[in-house]
Amino acid sequence: MSTTFKILRFDPPKDEHPHFQEYIHTPIPGDTMLEVLKEIRDQQDPSISFRYSCREAVCGSCALTINGTICLACKTQFEALKTDVVVIEPLPNLEIIKDLIVDFKPFWDAYNFIQPYLQPEGQAVPEKGHCVEEKDMEKVFQFITCILCGSCYAACPVATRDGRYLGPAALAKLYRFAIDPRDKRPWSALARVDNPTGVWGCDTVFRCNDVCPKEVRPADGIEGLRRKLVVDRTKHLFGRKK
Amino acid sequence: MVSHDILIVGGGLAGLAAALTADPKLNVAVLSKVHPIRSHSVAAQGGINAALANHPNAKDDTWEKHAFDTIKGSDYLADQDAAELMCQLAIPTMYELDHWGVPFSRFPGGVIAQRPFGGAGYPRTCYAADRTGQVLLHTLYEQCIRKNVTIYDEIVVTNIVVRDGRCVGLVAYDLATGEIRPFAAKAVIFGTGGYGRIYKLSTNAYINFGSGIGMAYRAGIPLKDLEFVQFHPTALYGKNILITEAARGEGGYLVNNKGRRFMEDYAPTAMELAPRDIVARSITTEILKGNGFENAYVHLDLRHLGREKIEKRLPGIQEICINFSGIDPADTPIPIQPAQHYSMGGIDVDKNCASLVKGFYAAGECACVSVHGANRLGGNSLLDAIVFGKIAGVSASKFINEGGFAGPRDAEITAEAKTLTDQFESIRKRDKGHNVYQLLNDLKILMGDKAGIFRDGKQLQEGLDGLSGLKEASRDSYIYGSCTRFCQEFVTLIEFKYMTDLAETILLGGLKRTETRGSHFRTDFPKRDDDNWLKHTLASYSDKGPVLSYREVNVDKYKPQERKY
Repeated sequence: MSTTFKILRFDPPKDEHPHFQEYIHTPIPGDTMLEVLKEIRDQQDPSISFRYSCREAVCGSCALTINGTICLACKTQFEALKTDVVVIEPLPNLEIIKDLIVDFKPFWDAYNFIQPYLQPEGQAVPEKGHCVEEKDMEKVFQFITCILCGSCYAACPVATRDGRYLGPAALAKLYRFAIDPRDKRPWSALARVDNPTGVWGCDTVFRCNDVCPKEVRPADGIEGLRRKLVVDRTKHLFGRKK
Repeated sequence: MVSHDILIVGGGLAGLAAALTADPKLNVAVLSKVHPIRSHSVAAQGGINAALANHPNAKDDTWEKHAFDTIKGSDYLADQDAAELMCQLAIPTMYELDHWGVPFSRFPGGVIAQRPFGGAGYPRTCYAADRTGQVLLHTLYEQCIRKNVTIYDEIVVTNIVVRDGRCVGLVAYDLATGEIRPFAAKAVIFGTGGYGRIYKLSTNAYINFGSGIGMAYRAGIPLKDLEFVQFHPTALYGKNILITEAARGEGGYLVNNKGRRFMEDYAPTAMELAPRDIVARSITTEILKGNGFENAYVHLDLRHLGREKIEKRLPGIQEICINFSGIDPADTPIPIQPAQHYSMGGIDVDKNCASLVKGFYAAGECACVSVHGANRLGGNSLLDAIVFGKIAGVSASKFINEGGFAGPRDAEITAEAKTLTDQFESIRKRDKGHNVYQLLNDLKILMGDKAGIFRDGKQLQEGLDGLSGLKEASRDSYIYGSCTRFCQEFVTLIEFKYMTDLAETILLGGLKRTETRGSHFRTDFPKRDDDNWLKHTLASYSDKGPVLSYREVNVDKYKPQERKY
């Protein structure tokens, strides 16, 4: 079916303002929105810019806003949109570099801030690896499916009004390490987010959970961190934890 | 000009592993055309092999047995000393990855869990559900953050600069600014991945064009064994998305339209867990015999595993099937067909990842050491990328610390960047010509038709003839519109030149190799011929096309025998 696609175009500093450009295209049945974008680019206008890589919802490159909904283009079936006008925009809350490509700098800054790496006891690799029961390791599985696509950050109303807020993905990542049985990070590493730009900034409206394409439920991580911080803070005050 | 001691190109597993092992006193940076965690390594699913002997049925597994399986799986084209090195290092590497934070699935007692995979005598594939590539790549990236590794992302390297037989730098297209920039280095490591997307049906990410392999070729480094192309047996029909071998490792059946597990006709002992070359050919044969569905696919049936096991061990596969095919594998068999998956061949390097050009190293899928020979076993590619990535980091550091590098050649690197800038400008001025996306599509169809699972001399020659037409047409390709930043069309135009180089090498190497070995199946020469062909193909660049030569395989402990599974 012939469909109108309104794609946001912006090439600063050449363009002063973003504008929509319309393309008429007939998708092939079964096409995902990423395939549709590539078809339009390859057949009509090679100057349209957007990010992509794996096309199977695991690399996190192609998060966009399609008809007002934040989603991965590769995971969104064109037919499921059930409309003859499709509006394609970049992710909100992040600055546009060109067309559908946004600057992830605030997202990565937050990610780097939480020390996103395992901090095990000691430097030396244990001779036979760490001994961890599956039931303990399984606790992190919910959070390791995160593909860092930025959907949750873009949907977060707190990130919209306060650029200093770390956002759902980074905080959920910190929780993933905090509950990893091998991780022994000091109290001070968690205390970095014990403030309004960290876990206490969350409005608990759960937009992050709604938009996450991998069902990570990042807000579970934020809530988990809050609980852990309250308990650990008490222990810390009484000197029972380093 | 940006200048580093070591420049690593590619942010996948090989590149990041190299960054982590390079001498911390040296100034190291990673250049990647996407953010590192968007690299194709992220899509690997089933696992990574190491003879940890953790499985109850694998108590007597050893790295030597892992090496034997790898060599037999390679149809004896692997260099045996290299395969042994990889399999020996696999064991400490798993413990190190665990210590770095990889959330491996566990067995009771807390040890790393292991599952059976194709062509392996023991269950020795370590995994994290079916998201092993994702957790490995994310963990290595996390370690790069911890170690403050400099990363330039969205930089597309276009040329290697070589002077007097030494690598002195790179030229790259900066997507965000639209500039073509020079980069100076004392040593360069490529971990640029494979070329899957020169085939129409490929499991690979859209970005995998193999241009890194082409750049090395144009820089004077031979390509080794490029005719060996792996076709994965089980790609989701219609979308070609990988359905991991772990689905069969966990007990999945391959079933034809008669409802029969047809692998008993082809590999009665190993059945669905025969090596990939054999399973892919068996599926294609069934479809050609009329035993497929819609004459196009067969079924991968997981229903008997039960919903609980599927959700625990294969959640990613279930998600892919639901999202991209609208079926739940707990209720419905998965329609699958073979698709291009991996390149056994690549840039010719030795066990230290060193090449003919001093200061240039390569690791992972873009390289050919060779550990996979004519057919790679599942679970060995992540291992290859990490083990040899680490070795490349050490080798390049040693090279610099021993003073083997060339003096600064900034002016010459800048001059090369200027040449490419001028070329970009002149292409942008053209107002008509061939659309590069159309040419690329033609190339993909040609490769699938002429250099697929079954090959013969006539087809391969037709492929070469068709390819010269495409090369000719690409000379006047042009860029539509006036974009300079994030100009994917320009990137594709540059990469297309390298893709045609690779296609030519695959076709010519395949035409000359008049035998069947591993993934290279010649219907006109259906037997392996050790007397004449137990040797590596080396293709060197010349103006008139690839010049082929051959090198003996390193046969050590394991004498070639017939492969039966």
